[in-house]
Amino acid sequence: MEKRIKLGAYIILIVFAIFILRLWQLQVIKGREYRELAEQNRLRVVKIPAARGIIYDRNGVPFVRNVPSFDVSVIREYLPKDRETLSALGKLIGLSGDEIQDRLRKAAVYPYEPVKLKIAVPWQEVAKVEVRKVDFPGLQVDVEVSREYINGTLASHIIGHLGRLTPEQSKKPDYKDVPHRALIGQWGLEMIYDKVLRGTAGGKLIEVDAIGREIKVVGMEEPVKGDDITLTLDITLQKTAEEALKSEAGAIVALDPNTGEILTLASSPPFNPNLFSRGIEPREWVKLLNDPQKPLLNRALQSQYPPGSTFKIITAIAGLEEGVITRNTEVNCTGVIAMGKRGFRCWKPGGHGTVSLHRAIVESCDIYFYEVGKRLGIDKIAEYAERFGLGKPVGLEFLNEKSGIVPSTQWKLKTRKEQWFQGETLSVAIGQGYISTTPIQMALLTSIVANGGKIYKPHLIKDSGVEFVGNSKVNAGSLDTVRNGLQGVVGEAGGTGGRARSSLLHIGGKTGTAQVVSIRKQSHALPKKLRDHAWFVAFAPVEDPQIALSVFVEHGGHGGAAAAPIAKKVIEAFYENNKLQMINDK
Amino acid sequence: MIDRRLLKNFDWITFALVTIVSLIGIMTIYSATRPLPGSEHPSFYIKQVYWLGISLLCFILVVSIDYRWFEKFAYPLFVIGFILLVLVLFVGKQGMGAQRWLPLGPLSFQPSEFFKIFFIIAFSKYLTNLGQGTTLGFKEIAKISFFFLLPPIIVILKQPHLGTALMLVFISLGMAMAAGIRKKFFVLILIIGIIAVPFMGHIFWGGLKEYQKNRIVAFVEPQVDPLGIGYHINQSKVSIGSGGFLGKGYLEGTQGSLRFLPEGHTDFIFSIFAEEWGFMGSIGLFIIYLFIFLRGLDTGRRARDPFGSFLALGVTIMLTFYFVINVGMTLGMMPIVGLPLPFMSYGGTALLSDFIAVGILINVRTRRFALFY
Repeated sequence: MEKRIKLGAYIILIVFAIFILRLWQLQVIKGREYRELAEQNRLRVVKIPAARGIIYDRNGVPFVRNVPSFDVSVIREYLPKDRETLSALGKLIGLSGDEIQDRLRKAAVYPYEPVKLKIAVPWQEVAKVEVRKVDFPGLQVDVEVSREYINGTLASHIIGHLGRLTPEQSKKPDYKDVPHRALIGQWGLEMIYDKVLRGTAGGKLIEVDAIGREIKVVGMEEPVKGDDITLTLDITLQKTAEEALKSEAGAIVALDPNTGEILTLASSPPFNPNLFSRGIEPREWVKLLNDPQKPLLNRALQSQYPPGSTFKIITAIAGLEEGVITRNTEVNCTGVIAMGKRGFRCWKPGGHGTVSLHRAIVESCDIYFYEVGKRLGIDKIAEYAERFGLGKPVGLEFLNEKSGIVPSTQWKLKTRKEQWFQGETLSVAIGQGYISTTPIQMALLTSIVANGGKIYKPHLIKDSGVEFVGNSKVNAGSLDTVRNGLQGVVGEAGGTGGRARSSLLHIGGKTGTAQVVSIRKQSHALPKKLRDHAWFVAFAPVEDPQIALSVFVEHGGHGGAAAAPIAKKVIEAFYENNKLQMINDK
Repeated sequence: MIDRRLLKNFDWITFALVTIVSLIGIMTIYSATRPLPGSEHPSFYIKQVYWLGISLLCFILVVSIDYRWFEKFAYPLFVIGFILLVLVLFVGKQGMGAQRWLPLGPLSFQPSEFFKIFFIIAFSKYLTNLGQGTTLGFKEIAKISFFFLLPPIIVILKQPHLGTALMLVFISLGMAMAAGIRKKFFVLILIIGIIAVPFMGHIFWGGLKEYQKNRIVAFVEPQVDPLGIGYHINQSKVSIGSGGFLGKGYLEGTQGSLRFLPEGHTDFIFSIFAEEWGFMGSIGLFIIYLFIFLRGLDTGRRARDPFGSFLALGVTIMLTFYFVINVGMTLGMMPIVGLPLPFMSYGGTALLSDFIAVGILINVRTRRFALFY
């Protein structure tokens, strides 16, 4: 037995030796590795979103503010899921028991992550939930900072809206510090300047237990608030513009011709970005997408239509500069001009008789500009159109700006693989046919004419500074002549823009009507969707232009009737707002 | 009953060592059940202090009775123990999917814990009666299997308590080897065991509870499902490994207090200890245990009669196996069978039976000098 006991002792010693080797392996050789695993077990980083920067108008009036929003959520694992509890809870927050069950089933990858049952709950309801919290284990009210667009739909196309970070976005480097499911800019300036506005998310290092409950805060890094941005927009002018468009689909763009600052960028109909702030309901989203009025379209930058007679500004300048006409050139308008086998008509069936350039602009005589167009040829027209900024985005391409079309022989060969016909030149000369422009391009064009030929890049951000792009290299005399004509359009008897005439200041402008169907009928007799688009471009005061704008009304009919009064309203509002300043300037 | 010679020969060293381990156990239980903020400190460690007190009282009682009395009542004790085991099946308390506890006033205890001791006593008597120098042959092995092992194992597996059942097999094998088993039969048992596995496999595997199967799968392949069946082993290794060379310090361990390692105060108490005391602390603890076990074997060698010798060896084998299986399991070297670490794990009955066992051991050592009587 002695021997066997000794053997037993040896066996015990061997087993201990093996255990000690194993301990050495786990604790000494792999100790660091296991220590890291233990840290990973217990420590989690929770990101804290920073307060979002505010967007101000040029005078420091905010478009948005950050407001607390209360969400009712529940931790799935704690809530008893019997029918009675669920339907009682449903009654409390206004959902059916089945709906709650459904949400619990769909949501939460992690069992202890709160599942949102209701978002943006009004305060009275929050109080009700707080009182009953004891009856529903796991029920909680979370406070989240939400974005409120103070003026609702105002400038919605520029400001944009927020939305939850999508899984695709979270993979991009730009979003690597954004907390899971955070609200970020998903459209408009909110999206483009998201990085600036967003600030830097803070973080909290927390110790959690095995089921993920927070035990204590180990480390804390405060978030850094996002930067504010100041826009060039004038909020009161924007309001005036949007109200003027109200029931119509259309756009208004107003620029400061001396700086390129965008004073107004209105697109109608607008949408309500507040709908997106807490995550838009799918139903609402589909409604917006399918709305025949297309509220999500930024018409100021994205609708491209023939500019109609407003384009005669270009034709006139090109004619003067190329010497095919002078300010004294007269053309006899009989109401029709022959070109090949076709007859081209003036909008005035009887004709204007003999007209000078000035009267041709004032009365928008088509025959006069057909003649000028004929003398110029399409490529000369195209050259001047481009010099005034048409045919390419004005530089707000980040808002999905469209470029419009400036047709030329080259352009037709390239895109249509066809020769250019001279008859087509005549159409373009009066702003019809292939040519198309966006409202912001027309505002830029007007601004260049108003300020004497200088091209400033239109911009929305106050701090981005004035960018002088170049000069259109047009003689001052030609521009004077045209400006005189434009003043006559509004101010003189028989001018097509008479409805823009103001008792407060002199306005220069030009009407335009883009044909939707090529039948000459009284527009009002047609169904709305077949009516012509109305244009009006204007600048004021004529003596020292401070504002240049374009008004576009989709299916508005004649520019003089539909768009000119709107332009007048906006200009007068601008004058009222800035009267003091303008007097001081002088 | 206690005279001066007994006090003089009392095995203070073993007593001191097991008491130290018990106190370390209480400290570690305190650390492992450290409360999460906002909740009260669970009273596990206080309960364990009470149980230590009860255990010491019983220990004194066991030491003061001459162990030869046990020989007299060995078989009746065995039968009483067995009846208690059967009783558990009918009136026992349910807990954690098993039925192991007998209610006893406000407390409850696990008869299977005491049965192991009755088993050792009865088996020692049996081996003593075989006479000096006889080695175990087929007849004896068959007898042992049918009378000593099969009935209690069947009842214990019903509870079910796989660990205790295995322990009975281990103890009897160890004691039989100490008594001397014919080489031929030893080899035969091994061969039968190996051959029986595939045949018995189906019956055995089918008879296991789902969680028992999972534990075996988890042992073979712990990465299969780190949050499921392999979770215990992985978290235990993280716990021990993260302790490093010097440990994180007492009450500085996170694995247990944050509940990443469940049952940190019972079966996985060594992992908690190793996290806080590191390699050096673990070695220290190992040395204490090693000393207890080697001294136990020495007691068996020096006992004044074969019965005392078998008694001491049986108890030592039992404690050693508990230690080896428990620590082996926390180190990820053995399947998780749910056995406590002697003297350290939380659990009243286990601590009590450990102290009774060590009481028997010290009893035998204290009375090894026949001349004094």
